[in-house]
Amino acid sequence: MEKFINITLKIWRQAGPKAKGRFETYQLEKVSTDSSFLEMLDILNEKLISEHIDPIAFDHDCREGICGMCSLYINGHPHGPDTEITTCQLHMRKFKDGDTIVVEPWRSAGFPVIKDLVVDRGAFDKIIQAGGYISVNTGGVPDGNAIPIPKEHADEAMDAATCIGCGACVAACKNGSAMLFVSAKVSHLALLPQGKVEAARRVKAMVAKMDELGFGNCTNTRACEAECPKNISISNIARLNRQFLSAKFKD
Amino acid sequence: MWLIDSSVGRKFIMSISGVFLILFLIFHSLMNIVVIISPESYNQICAFLGANWYAVVGSLVLALGFVIHILYALYLTFLNLRARGHEKYAVKDTPKGVEWSSQNMFVLGLIIFGFLVLHLYNFWFKMQFAELTGIHTGSFDPANGAAYVSALFNHWIYCVLYIVWLAALWFHLTHGMWSAMQTLGLNNRKWLPRLKAISNVLSTIIVLVFISVPLYYLAINIF
Repeated sequence: MEKFINITLKIWRQAGPKAKGRFETYQLEKVSTDSSFLEMLDILNEKLISEHIDPIAFDHDCREGICGMCSLYINGHPHGPDTEITTCQLHMRKFKDGDTIVVEPWRSAGFPVIKDLVVDRGAFDKIIQAGGYISVNTGGVPDGNAIPIPKEHADEAMDAATCIGCGACVAACKNGSAMLFVSAKVSHLALLPQGKVEAARRVKAMVAKMDELGFGNCTNTRACEAECPKNISISNIARLNRQFLSAKFKD
Repeated sequence: MWLIDSSVGRKFIMSISGVFLILFLIFHSLMNIVVIISPESYNQICAFLGANWYAVVGSLVLALGFVIHILYALYLTFLNLRARGHEKYAVKDTPKGVEWSSQNMFVLGLIIFGFLVLHLYNFWFKMQFAELTGIHTGSFDPANGAAYVSALFNHWIYCVLYIVWLAALWFHLTHGMWSAMQTLGLNNRKWLPRLKAISNVLSTIIVLVFISVPLYYLAINIF
C-alpha cells in the first residue's frame, strides 16, 4: 500500500576529484514509498534545481539492475540495506518515516571520486582489457550438445557471468580488493571450452593488471559476497587462486 | 618475483607459513599436556628439545616461519590500508556472514605476538637459550621444564594472561585455517562449509589442549 514518508538525507557532496568533500543535509517531505531510491534522488534534484542549487551527481543507466552503472553506499551498505539488488532496484518502502539516510560514494583508492557520488570505475575496464576476452572468433551459437559441457560447469559459468561489474565488492571490502569481480570474469570464461584454452594467460594478465591498479589483497572476509547484488560466490576466488598458482608453478 | 609482486603470490606465502605454524601448534599443544599427565616425561621431552643440533635447526626453521608470517602480515596490511584510500565511510554496517575475526586478523596477530614475546621470556629464554649460551637465566635447571611451568602458573595472573592469549589465538585460527585453504585454491561451494567446520573444530581442539595446562594449575591452586 502506498504511503508517504518524510526523510532526512545526508549526502556526500564533492565538487571535483581534487576538491574537498563534505556531507550536506537535505529534508525531503511526502516521498512515496512506491518510488525507487533513484526516483527519490530525482525528486530531490528537481527541488535543488528549482532552488538554484547544483543537483547531486550520481551514476545510473538501465534502472533495472543489469547494467551495473548505479552505485551508492547507503546507510553502511553498497546498494543499500536490502540484499541481492542494485541501488536502482531499492525502493523507499525499505525506509521508515523520519529516517535519516546517509549516502556516500564507493570509497577505494582504485575508484577515485569524480563528482559527488560518481566514482571512476574505469579500472574495471582496464582489467577486462588485460585478458577478460576470448582472442579468436568462436562462431555463432553451436548446435545443442555439439560441445559436451558438464551441467555443473555450465551452471557455475552462468552464475559467474551474472557479474555486472558495479564495484560493490570493492566498495564493501576493507582491503579495497577487486578479487570477487576479477574471479567472476576469470571463472565464467575458464569454465567453458572456448575460454579454457587461454585460461592460464588470462588469469596471470588480469591479476597483474588488478595489482598494478592498486587494488588490495583479499583476506577472505566475505563482505564482497554478502553485498554483491548478483550473489557471486567466493568459490570463484578460490578458482582464481587455484588457476593463478598452477599457472605460475608451470612457468 | 611473483611471490612478492603479485597479490595472490603474497597471500600464498601467508597461507603456507600459516599452515606450517598450525602444524607447529598441534605439536606444541600435544607436548604441553604431558606436563599434566607426567612431569618426568615432560622433562624428558624438554631435555630432548634442548641444545641438540636437530632441536636448534628445528627452532631456526620455526623462527623463520614466524618471521615470514609476520613480515608478510605487515606488508599486506600496509598495502591494504593504502588500497582502501584516505576517505573512510561515515557509516559502516558489517553485513551478515562476515565474521569479526576475519576483519581483525592483524589486531589478533598483534595480540598473539605481544604474548609470544612474554612467553619466550617465560620459557625459551630460561630453557633453550640458557642451555645454548651456558648463561644461567632462570632459577631451575634449563631442562626442568615442569618446574618452570608450575612456578609460572602458581601466579594466577599468568594463568589468566595465557588464557586471554589463547582466546585471541582461537579467533585467529578459526579464520586463518579455512582462509589458508581458500587462498591455496583448495575450496569450492561444496567444501566451504566443510572447511569452516573443520577449522572451528580443529582450532577449538588445539586451543582447549593448550588451555588445559593453565586451567589445571589454576584449579589445583584454588582447591
